[in-house]
Amino acid sequence: MKALRNYMNKIKPHFQEGGKLSKLGSVYDGMETFLFTPNTTSSSGVHIHDGSDMKRTMTTVIIALLPCLLFGMYNIGLQHFLAIGQPDESAMSMFVFGLLALLPVIVVSYVVGLGIEFISAQIHHTEIQEGFLVTGLLIPLIVPINTPLWMTAVATAFAVIFAKEVFGGTGMNIFNVALITRAVLFFSYPSKMSGDEAFVKLDSAFGYGGGTVADTFTGATPLGQVATTVGDSLSLTGVDGNAITTFDAFMGTIAGSPGETSMVCILIGALILLITGVASWRVMLSVFVGGFAMATLANALPSATYPASMLDPVAQLCFGGFAFAAVFMATDPVTGARTNTGQYIYGFLIGVIAMLIRTYNSGYPEGAMLAVLLMNAFAPLIDHCVVSSNIKRRARRALNK
Amino acid sequence: MLSKKNKEALFNPLSKDNPVLVQILGICSTLAVTANLEPAIVMGISVTVVLAFSNVIISLIRNSIPSTIRIIVQLVVVAALVIIVQQFLVAFSYDVSKQLSVFIGLIITNCILMGRLEAFALNNTPWSSFLDGIGNGLGYSIILVIVAFFRELLGSGTIFGFQVIPQWCYDHGYENNGLMILPPMALITVACIIWYHRAHNTDLQEK
Repeated sequence: MKALRNYMNKIKPHFQEGGKLSKLGSVYDGMETFLFTPNTTSSSGVHIHDGSDMKRTMTTVIIALLPCLLFGMYNIGLQHFLAIGQPDESAMSMFVFGLLALLPVIVVSYVVGLGIEFISAQIHHTEIQEGFLVTGLLIPLIVPINTPLWMTAVATAFAVIFAKEVFGGTGMNIFNVALITRAVLFFSYPSKMSGDEAFVKLDSAFGYGGGTVADTFTGATPLGQVATTVGDSLSLTGVDGNAITTFDAFMGTIAGSPGETSMVCILIGALILLITGVASWRVMLSVFVGGFAMATLANALPSATYPASMLDPVAQLCFGGFAFAAVFMATDPVTGARTNTGQYIYGFLIGVIAMLIRTYNSGYPEGAMLAVLLMNAFAPLIDHCVVSSNIKRRARRALNK
Repeated sequence: MLSKKNKEALFNPLSKDNPVLVQILGICSTLAVTANLEPAIVMGISVTVVLAFSNVIISLIRNSIPSTIRIIVQLVVVAALVIIVQQFLVAFSYDVSKQLSVFIGLIITNCILMGRLEAFALNNTPWSSFLDGIGNGLGYSIILVIVAFFRELLGSGTIFGFQVIPQWCYDHGYENNGLMILPPMALITVACIIWYHRAHNTDLQEK
């Protein structure tokens, strides 16, 4: 560690003003603060002095995402081997298959996103900001595994430039960048983002796995199957044609985007975020409450016209990307509401709207992405109303004395 | 014929004083008719014609219009010209007029028209007003064509309806971008053009 510190100190002059590599100063700065706790703290005003900075916060989120990531890899393999009729493969080979399948997506997401961040930082002579560390990992987790890599690259570039850099970079964006990436993919290439062929990888990954698809194969996600149900009863099947239950969805052994399937892993992530105080429990809780309330309401009035209304509320929370959105997307401190009361309203509406879209708009089997993006737009308004009503209330109290 | 002032009236709207890029007028129709090149060009020509002739007419009668009812007079003139253009399109290129549907009729409400009539034709001679109308119409058309070019190329893979992206690309996994067909991308394309334009005309940048 000491040798590294000495080396960093030795090469520092090259990157400072006037040095021969001063153009790459922001790269040096980024690396230095990535390796070592920054030795500058704010000196003016009232602050809590702490070694924690944005990088530490982001790293915590990354750690919270790891269970979802690792299970997502295993599940990609599991779904693959179920689909080709080899359910007896070892868990290890399933994981290796998923690793090989997901790794290119992670690499593409980081290379494209960080590349744009680096270029932007060099042009504007600013520090490289760490915001993309989390976004870059979220993108592979919410994009269907069969999305062609170039599409992911295009959408990532679009989202980073138009949803983030033009607003002023990390911390200034109005909309969640990872979700914008998914939304761009969703509206640009709808045929790759839903249906039977999006969520289960059938061909081999770097020559690993692959085989003849079993006759009983159905590739649609549970919510996709719900949306196309005709008649009065739901029958949901896994990729191998066997029926699946809410418990399968809770464990995560169903088809879906890599990170979103397992409720268990999402809850572990949620626990990490809440214990470290990185995410707001108010938002998280109220999203689930809102979703549960709306799902209960829909389930109380089931109709064959809207098949998702036949799902019971617990199943609604476990299926699809709802829980992932609640824990990792809605709690984004930049795009969400900041006042305490505002966070309750913001979260509750995300939950309600997600279920509303899911149940009553047959065009979208899953509404969590659209709900979060919609409420991102309203978050500043909610905060404004909360703050001004607080001011009015206190003014009234002062005047009445 | 082309005094300095007239030259400015004709050429300034093409870039330095472009109605879409600088005055941010006529955005609604820019969003609506630019999914394909053909309707965009027809729309551009229609607006240019209506704008040039309504400018001339208003300029001719500018001294006899009571200023209290001038907006109504302008609307009547524009509406008459728009109906002529519309009937012309229905007669000679029915398919395009179908594609443009209400947007030809909506030229009446195009902000560029009222803007030029109010700001220019009411105070200038018919000839300079005509040039101003042509200039602004062309400035608007240029943007429409640029936006439509990118939207049609990336959204449908065609130019004027002809396939330009080879089948080879589709065979290797290329797909048309469905988002380009939707109106939001027209807005973002216009934003990119404005971005480029401001970057190259530093005097236009707001502080």
